[in-house]
Amino acid sequence: MMATMKRKSWSEYQKQIADDRYYYARSCIRQNFFPGSEKAFIDILRGDLGRDLLDDPKHSSCTGIGYHSDIVPLETIMTVVARQFAMMTEAGYENFVSSCITSFGVYTEVLATWHEFPETEERTREYLFKATGREFRKPASLAHTSDVMFHFREEIARKARHRLVNVQTGEPLRVVEHIGCHYAKIFPKSGIGGCEFPYVLAGMVESWGGECVDYPERRHCCGFGFRNYLVQANRGYSIANSHKKLESMAPYKPDFIVANCPGCAMFLDKWQYAIAEMEGTTYGENGRGIPVLTYEEMAGLVLGYDPWALGMQMHQVDVEPLLDKMGIEYDPAAKYLGRNGKYIGKPASAVVNACPPDAIYDIRE
Amino acid sequence: MATINFGYTISKPRAIDMDRNNLRKSDEILREMPELQACIGCGSCTAVCTAGNLTSFNFRRVHTLIRRGEYQGAYEEMNKCMLCGKCRLVCPRGINTRGVAMLIKRKLGDNRS
Repeated sequence: MMATMKRKSWSEYQKQIADDRYYYARSCIRQNFFPGSEKAFIDILRGDLGRDLLDDPKHSSCTGIGYHSDIVPLETIMTVVARQFAMMTEAGYENFVSSCITSFGVYTEVLATWHEFPETEERTREYLFKATGREFRKPASLAHTSDVMFHFREEIARKARHRLVNVQTGEPLRVVEHIGCHYAKIFPKSGIGGCEFPYVLAGMVESWGGECVDYPERRHCCGFGFRNYLVQANRGYSIANSHKKLESMAPYKPDFIVANCPGCAMFLDKWQYAIAEMEGTTYGENGRGIPVLTYEEMAGLVLGYDPWALGMQMHQVDVEPLLDKMGIEYDPAAKYLGRNGKYIGKPASAVVNACPPDAIYDIRE
Repeated sequence: MATINFGYTISKPRAIDMDRNNLRKSDEILREMPELQACIGCGSCTAVCTAGNLTSFNFRRVHTLIRRGEYQGAYEEMNKCMLCGKCRLVCPRGINTRGVAMLIKRKLGDNRS
C-alpha cells in the first residue's frame, strides 16, 4: 500500500520541460570535479538525441555559492541572473537549462521573487540596464539538466547499449539516488515528484533497468551546505551528514550512488575517502567504497560512452567494479591518459579503494 | 591504523536514538510513578523552580531526557534540586513532581553504585 502511494505520488508534481532549443548554463564546480559530465550532456543532447543546445561562453557564474555564504547580496545575484537571461534572449533562446542544482534553486528563487514582488524585477531591470545596457525576457521554461535527461529517458533507453543490470547475475543493479536539496526542497513544485518523492533520478534508473534503494536516510542532505564546509573547522558537521547517509545505505548493499547535484556527487564521493582515512570504514563491497556517478555519467555508460571519456578517472572511489558488473569494456592502461593521450598523473593509493592498510602515505599532523 | 589529520573530525550526532538507549531505569520510574506520563511539558515546574532561578537546573529538561533513556549527568543535575516543592504546587496535571525528583535521584543513584 505504502509502496504504491510512493510510486504514484510523484505524478502529482509535474512540470513542463521543453523538447528542443536549450540555452545551457554551466556549473562552477562541476568543471573541476566531474569535468566530463557537462561535455557528456552536450554530446548526448546534440549527438544522440539530435537536439539544439547553445553552450554560450559569455554566461557567468550565478554567484550562488557567494549568495548562500552571505557574501553576495540579493540585489546583486538578481542582476547577475538577469544578465544570464539577457544572454539567452540575445542568443534567441527561451528554454533555460542549468547544470547546477544550486543555480537551479537560485533561478527558481529569483523568478518566484519577481513574481511575488514585481517591484524587485523592475529594479533589477534598471540595475542591469545601467550596468550593461542589456534587457531581457524571462525564460519560457526553466529546467535542470537532470529534468531534461529524465524527459528523454525512454529515448535513451531505446538507444541503450548497456543496461543497469549485473551481467553476471542478471539482477538489476541496486542504485542509491540522491537528489540535491535545492532541486525541490525550496520550491516543491519546481521538481518532478516534489520534495517528498522526487522521481527525476528514480525514473531514469527504472527506465534503464536498475532498482532504487529505499533506505531510511534517503532524503537526508549530503552535508554540502556552503558555510558548513567553507571553514575547515566546521567540516566535521558537513562530513557527519554524509556519514549518516552512508551508514544508513550500507546495509542495503548498493552497487552505486547517483546524484543530480554537483556538491552531492562530490561530497558523497570524496567524504568516503576522508571517512576511510579517519576511521578505516568503507561502505562498499570487498572493503571498497561505493562508486558515485553523476546522471550524465550514468546515461553515458548506458549509451556506450567510454568511461575515461566521461571523466570517470577523476572519481575518488574507483568505478572499475561497477563497470565490470555492467559488462562495460575499458582499457585499464588508458585510465590516466588525457584526451590527447598525455599522462595526466595518478592519485596515491587510498584505503577507500581497498589498498592495504599498511600502505599509508605521508601523515600530515 | 594510522590516520590522516584533516583539521576536523566527524561530528557525533546529537539526535536521541530511542532504539539504542537503555530504557530500563526510565521504565522503572514510570512504573513507580505512572502519573509522570500525564506531563504535558508545559514547563511550569521549571518556571517556578528556586534552584533553577539560581543555577542552570531545568527540571523539565532533566526528567524529559531521563524518560528518553539519556541518563548521563542527570544525577548530578538532579542534586541541584532543593526539594522545596513549589513545582508540585503549580503543576497543572497535579503530578507529584517533588516525589518524581526524589525517585529519579534514588533510581539513578542506584545506577551509579
